[in-house]
Amino acid sequence: MQNPYKPYPVRIDNITVETEDKSLKTFKFVFLNPEDEKKFAYRAGQFAELSIAGLGEIPIGIASSPTEKGFVKFTVFKTGKVTSYLHAMKEGDIMGIRGPLGNSYPWDLLEGKNVVIIGGGFAFTTLRSSIVSMLQPENRSKFKDIHVIYGARSPGMLLYKDELTAWAERDDINMHITVDGTDDPDWKYHKGFVPAITEQEAPPAGTDTYAIICGPPIMIKFTQPVLDKLGYRHDQIIMSLENRMKCGVGICGHCNIGKELVCKDGPVFTLEQLNKTPKEY
Amino acid sequence: MKVIKIDKSEFNAGLEKLENAYRLFGPVKEQSYYAFKALDAGEKPDLEYTNTRLSAKSLLYPQSEVLFEYSLDKSDADYAILKEPEKDYSPRAVIGIRPCDADAFAVVRRNFETPEYQDTYWLKNYDATTLVGLACDNPVPTCFCTSAGSGPFNEANLDVLLVDTGDAYLARVLTEKGEKLADSAGWTKPADQSEEDVSKRRSEAESKIKSRVNTENLKDQALTSLYDADAAIWEKEAFSCINCGTCTYACPTCWCFDVQDENYGKSGVRIRNWDSCMYPLFSVHASGHNPRGQKLARIRQRFMHKLKYYVDKYDKGIQCTGCGRCVRMCPVNIDIRRVCNQMNSYDPESCSCAVTS
Repeated sequence: MQNPYKPYPVRIDNITVETEDKSLKTFKFVFLNPEDEKKFAYRAGQFAELSIAGLGEIPIGIASSPTEKGFVKFTVFKTGKVTSYLHAMKEGDIMGIRGPLGNSYPWDLLEGKNVVIIGGGFAFTTLRSSIVSMLQPENRSKFKDIHVIYGARSPGMLLYKDELTAWAERDDINMHITVDGTDDPDWKYHKGFVPAITEQEAPPAGTDTYAIICGPPIMIKFTQPVLDKLGYRHDQIIMSLENRMKCGVGICGHCNIGKELVCKDGPVFTLEQLNKTPKEY
Repeated sequence: MKVIKIDKSEFNAGLEKLENAYRLFGPVKEQSYYAFKALDAGEKPDLEYTNTRLSAKSLLYPQSEVLFEYSLDKSDADYAILKEPEKDYSPRAVIGIRPCDADAFAVVRRNFETPEYQDTYWLKNYDATTLVGLACDNPVPTCFCTSAGSGPFNEANLDVLLVDTGDAYLARVLTEKGEKLADSAGWTKPADQSEEDVSKRRSEAESKIKSRVNTENLKDQALTSLYDADAAIWEKEAFSCINCGTCTYACPTCWCFDVQDENYGKSGVRIRNWDSCMYPLFSVHASGHNPRGQKLARIRQRFMHKLKYYVDKYDKGIQCTGCGRCVRMCPVNIDIRRVCNQMNSYDPESCSCAVTS
């Protein structure tokens, strides 16, 4: 029997400040025991518990792609006790990660389909994992058109700016980057909220087209009716949820929405599934 | 199955022999109530009790339990590495547990042992434990085990069932673990004509249980209609609830826990503590958003979990064994039997319950 609460020890290899307000940092971890990396084999859309001895654990989406080897990356918003401490940690410090946890995006289902990725704010982490993975030469042919609609408050609040720019140059992915507003005269992407840009840029609905949405509740609330209007069926709208968690493995009871546990049965659900559960998220 | 007769005059001598092979636990009177305790050498369980104030769940699942230890001293080689502490998983025996509390272990096991993940702490405790049950001759008015998947003589989740026949116990040895225990205690005298006597006592005990829950419609009720039955059920029940959490702590089948790190200077422990869905902190996000921010949502969560989500998820009845502790201890008289009967009889067409009490 393996103890499901025991984290793998890791070393912080690199820390990157992602946003102009410094509230988001990306942490790159390397496993202290190389064999743990194999045990941590994950799919895009899964999460892990980041564990700091003396502080506790936090459930965070995995931002690196399964195709990136030798490390795992997480982008963390500074908001509570553990995340504030983590933001003050240094490269070389030792902590733990426990996972991979949760179900991931439904990659078997998405194969051979058009995929529209809709993200907002700092909920872009598992979407980055997905995009990097899908764009790998060995994977790209498994999907038809890929659209990405990603918005943040301002250009300085966008995550992974260098990668966004590089993806925007490619012809095998349609990037629709937007900001709520900016006074930068050189801004060459969209201005406007994600729901509006979705209405403008998302491909028409079809049996072969699936949307993945991950973002703040307000964005989801206003994007969903747009997708309805565009004719997306609720089983074609895939969403990633979050809830307060402790164990991450479906045992402690904190994160349930009805009989589903966000940590184990999710965090990814179709809107069709969510229509049948209480809205306790 | 073997049935052994143990004269009460010889019972304690058997327990003393057991002390060599097992750590013994049993009900002991503490002030005005009973509690399950680790028995000291020579200490005997008090088998004249009705039931303990808190359930037996702490025997396998302590209210606070250390999961890991760690060093916070940067000069230590294992600084910040979580390590599992040494724990005593040597054989232990619980003497005199009531069948309802033993049946609760089967209920919570479905949560602690899944195909994907196993709670090693609970399972190791469970595997180390032999359960010697005590049949219930005198159920009290809050007992409703017979309609909650259990019963005063239920043997399903025991290793031995003791039936009190006045000057002796009939020990029904139900499992291999039970046989091993009976051998260790030197309990070998076969009982004659036991079946008839036991079934008579069983029927008598069962007939004393007058209250019940009706559960036959719970599975077919639509989850969302029960959830949305605010006016018919939840507003009335939530009105008096003070979210004290007593029901969850007293309950043998409430399994939720919180995890906290506790530091003592240069070292610390990661512990888990029983938690309660009655508290706002249970579900609040770091952002401050709380999906169950109102007490109505929290009391609904507790009953929906026990009487609908669990029913739908496992198809093994309700997450309750009818011990009645929450009914006895609730300071504002919220009664799970009333709530269950309302949920069972709820009609979404008329938004009303056929049964309201």
